[in-house]
Amino acid sequence: MVLLVPALLGLAFLTLPLAGLVIRAPWGTMPQRLAEPEVLDALRLSVVTATAATGLCLLLGIPLAWLLARVDFRGKGLVRALVTVPLVLPPVVGGVALLLVFGRNGLVGAPLHEAFGVSLPFTTAGVVAAMAFVAMPFLVVSVEGALRGADVRYEEAAATLGAGRWSVFIHVTIPLVAPGIAAGAVLCWARALGEFGATITFAGNFPGRTQTMPLAVYLALETDLEAAIVLSLILLAVSVTVLACLRDRWTATP
Amino acid sequence: MRTIAAGTAAAALLALSACGSSADGTEDGEVGGTVTVFAAASLTETFTEIGEDFEEADPGVEVEFSFAGSSSLAAQINQGAPADVFASANPANMDKVVEAGNAEDPETFARNQLVIAVPEGNPDGVTGLADLADPALKVALCAEEVPCGAAAQTALDAAGVALTPVTYETDVKATLAKLTLGEVDAALVYRTDVAAAIASDGGVEGVEFPESAEAVNDYVLAVVNDAPNRATAEAFAAYLRSDAALAVLTAAGFQAP
Amino acid sequence: MKPADPILDARLVAERGDFRLDLPLRVDAGETVALLGPNGAGKTTALRSLAGLHGLSEGHATLAGRDLDRPAERRERVWVAPERRGIGVVFQDYLLFPHLTALDNVAFGPRRRGVGRARARQVAADWLARVGLADFAFRKPRELSGGQAQRVALARALAVEPTLLLLDEPLAALDARTRLDTRAELHRHLERHDGAAVLVTHDPVDALVLADRLIVVEDGAVVQEGDAETVTARPRTDYVARLVGLNLYRGRAEGHSVRLDDGTVLTADDAIDGDAFAAFAPSAVALHADRPEGSPRNVWEATVAGVHRHGDNLRVQLDGPLRAAADVTPGAAAQLGLVSGMRVWAAVKAAEIRAYPA
Repeated sequence: MVLLVPALLGLAFLTLPLAGLVIRAPWGTMPQRLAEPEVLDALRLSVVTATAATGLCLLLGIPLAWLLARVDFRGKGLVRALVTVPLVLPPVVGGVALLLVFGRNGLVGAPLHEAFGVSLPFTTAGVVAAMAFVAMPFLVVSVEGALRGADVRYEEAAATLGAGRWSVFIHVTIPLVAPGIAAGAVLCWARALGEFGATITFAGNFPGRTQTMPLAVYLALETDLEAAIVLSLILLAVSVTVLACLRDRWTATP
Repeated sequence: MRTIAAGTAAAALLALSACGSSADGTEDGEVGGTVTVFAAASLTETFTEIGEDFEEADPGVEVEFSFAGSSSLAAQINQGAPADVFASANPANMDKVVEAGNAEDPETFARNQLVIAVPEGNPDGVTGLADLADPALKVALCAEEVPCGAAAQTALDAAGVALTPVTYETDVKATLAKLTLGEVDAALVYRTDVAAAIASDGGVEGVEFPESAEAVNDYVLAVVNDAPNRATAEAFAAYLRSDAALAVLTAAGFQAP
Repeated sequence: MKPADPILDARLVAERGDFRLDLPLRVDAGETVALLGPNGAGKTTALRSLAGLHGLSEGHATLAGRDLDRPAERRERVWVAPERRGIGVVFQDYLLFPHLTALDNVAFGPRRRGVGRARARQVAADWLARVGLADFAFRKPRELSGGQAQRVALARALAVEPTLLLLDEPLAALDARTRLDTRAELHRHLERHDGAAVLVTHDPVDALVLADRLIVVEDGAVVQEGDAETVTARPRTDYVARLVGLNLYRGRAEGHSVRLDDGTVLTADDAIDGDAFAAFAPSAVALHADRPEGSPRNVWEATVAGVHRHGDNLRVQLDGPLRAAADVTPGAAAQLGLVSGMRVWAAVKAAEIRAYPA
């Protein structure tokens, strides 16, 4: 009972701003606004890039989590702290940092640009990179926790049955920590979907190519508050729907 | 304590200050205490300097600034933020405040023009807007929703140049940052931004172009109707039109109104 | 390889802090050996080092003529990873993969060894049928009872046709009733298994029923080895004596007399000389209120230290010159009026005492 009051206060604190958006939304003109091609472009781009960023995070983040959870090496504490840096770094700073590395004159970007003529900034791939940068820690932290909690004896059992390390990882470790991976991926996707600072800084803003929903919302705020509210509600509706569906399906026990 | 200089200006305005509840312990109508100025982000350097001069002229006064995008500031004032003075980077955002009945009779106190910012030494030999249409050149513009973007579009239209930039940035500083970071070859920004970048050795230079005259950006100022410290607000507004303040503004690349 | 050679030939040396395991182990094809010992004796460490989950610090492990692990002796260490050892393991709590069905758990081994999916499932289905679980193929482990899970674990280990089968406390997690059935079932499968099997247990019944040969391990070393009959009849440590329920004493024998360390002399029918053990069953001890007359050769006065139920009888702990356990019927106990602290006379016939060299 003692906990109920702060719990309800917390809930109100989190949901009232949402109610504010719903109340202020221009419901009368909603259908016309939804049909605008810019809106659909930004929404499509947001969903595609957030999903791609989550894929990239899974590809790189799961092995990284495995390294942190299962391999002993010097300076592990430092590495773990570095992994969480994007969590505390202001995203705009993250975007600048990405430019310094992957930009046209960046440490990695410059040779890449010279050799292949490719350049990440101002491209959709750049959006994915910016999203992955800020969202990956969520996945790594979540999966590392799951790996620490998983019983390594299952992996030993798999080894005695003839599974090599890779095979054990794919057929036993991953399924065992699947709920942790799913939870991490959901958080990762949500973070990527809402990503603004690193994206605008690293990938810029070009409709259809790098203008994601949060960027569209921000620019709409400059001129048309109602448009901004509509865009925000669409973003919210899509993310809440996706998260609700995935959470139930993925985090159910195997 | 009031100096003569500030006192003169204040005396002239004393009669004008009608109402206003003082939140700073000063008597109604007397210059002194804290004055809160909401100013466009592009005024950060100049207003900070002018504010210091103003404080020096009248030790009883303290100026507090809130620098942000003009539209954010306008929204804040309309939501009741305790601002004394609003300095907007364009008339449109000031109009929102005036329409909401929160300010009256804004006045233009400075103008800003666009220039083409290029890396120092102008490696691509840009001489005018038409050169920016070269597809090999990466150009950053402000988004049309923000003042510098609207001005850029007006100038481009005037020049009859169709231009596809690589990005429409959300504000002018971000637009220039893309250039200083070397990610674009040119950017359309305000002359003041280039001046500030040169002052801090940003490795850029500005290329003037005739069409910028078509897209002059007016900086407008008004005392907020519900100003907590109206007398001092009026004094600050008056000081902005002094020669001393104008000198600071022009040194930063602004033009007199 | 000559037929006489054991299929598993190992000397398992492993160190873990102060603890050192040094266990010679030779097992023939078709033979089941039980490693019996108290908790912490090093049995599981031995099993893990055979499975390749734990490297040896010395010694060697050779299976069917192939070195699996041979540290130090040669220039390069010989080491075969667990997945290439051809050893099947049944773990104590089975460790069935929770995300796979019973069928896929059993098919896991064949699949990892390159058998196609359909064929592996066929093999798995055959094995499940053999352990009587054909109807449970599509159950997840959490939907199986303890006994069923144990049988799936056995099928999974056998499905890779291991040269050596290792079982770590295979029945420890089961309740008494299930244990009885599962033990019989396991015995049947072990008899059919052509390869060698090593069973780790702290339960003497499991060891006696399932194994052809017992190796008793205490504190990392072998204390006794032999078939069930020898070990049960002639225990050589207090641990084994307790396990098989015998009173065991150590002393020096001269003919029919064994003089114990405290000076007591026991008389046995067996005649030997030198260091010796003397053992008798609690049921061989008769208790009397007065000094008995007649034939018993071993009679001494003792104090009752405690009485508790033991099966249908009462087990009496005796203190005195000779600490011993005695089993009496409830009727006899009532007649004697047994209570803690009372003095009684204990008697054992010479024919009931076994004396054997230490």
